[in-house]
Amino acid sequence: MFSLLSACQWLEGTEWSIAIHESQWVYPAIESIHVLGLCLFVGFTLVMDLRLVGVALRRAPLLKVVAQLAPWIRGGFVVMLVSGALLFSTTPVKFYGNVFFQAKAVMLLLAGTNAWLFHRRAAHLTDAERADGTVPGARLAGTISLVLWTGIVTSGRMVAYNWFN
Amino acid sequence: MPFLTFFQWCSNTVVGTVIRDSTWLFPVIETFHLLGLGVLGGTILIVDLRLAGFGLRRVPAPELAREVNGWMLGGLAVILVSGVLLFLSEPLKCYDNAFFWIKIGSLLLALAFTFTVRRSILGREPHLVTARQRTLVAVTSFVLWAGVGIAGRGIAFY
Repeated sequence: MFSLLSACQWLEGTEWSIAIHESQWVYPAIESIHVLGLCLFVGFTLVMDLRLVGVALRRAPLLKVVAQLAPWIRGGFVVMLVSGALLFSTTPVKFYGNVFFQAKAVMLLLAGTNAWLFHRRAAHLTDAERADGTVPGARLAGTISLVLWTGIVTSGRMVAYNWFN
Repeated sequence: MPFLTFFQWCSNTVVGTVIRDSTWLFPVIETFHLLGLGVLGGTILIVDLRLAGFGLRRVPAPELAREVNGWMLGGLAVILVSGVLLFLSEPLKCYDNAFFWIKIGSLLLALAFTFTVRRSILGREPHLVTARQRTLVAVTSFVLWAGVGIAGRGIAFY
């Protein structure tokens, strides 16, 4: 029967997984990319969220800020996702059972949903909203994003420790 | 070896001993160090990119730098304080670690550059700065800070 755990077990047995796991420098190299990608992704998300919440860059139109930062945030996310997936693939069974990893996965899904809802709303503005340059719910979306990404970085760091296993 | 004596003294400080003996203090301080990295690295990168002509082009570089300045300084404070605490818990390990010395060297260079050349370029009226100067400052800043980050990651793998 298919389960997430059996998928993790299969992945752990692949040559790919074993090769990264056993290499002395590949794992640290990917981890460095993951951590440096964090500056791009989290840093730019922070600035966008601060604009959504209304505490920074208030003189710049919200939709312009979103449009100009979005490609960099998306690029940063790809770096994080690819490097993160590679790190995961080295010891998937261990990750699967790690409570910090589980918390991180849930928060990632929530953050993705939050961003998706915001962008969907921003794509369907009424003429009045567009003239006003505001997106309803922007403040809430920005706050949720700030809280979730802080949680994701924190739980991501804690994945290295297995206190509750 | 004046440094070694100093590092030994650091190792015996109450703060260093308490962090070393605790299971959860080191990871928690590391987490603050990482969050500080996101804020500091991100706010530096966004301004460097803008100086080089990319990213948030709607906002002039000096204004962007002013807007994120408080966050940059806050991130710097968090990362410096947490960094010193992490160091105090294992100074003798750092002493023998080449990456630690590379990191301290690049950190001093990066700080000096950020608060002299980079700050002065960002404080000038945009039309008084050539595109080439802006790009040069952006690339130098990026290289110096990336060096700090990479060497910092390297400490754990020495």
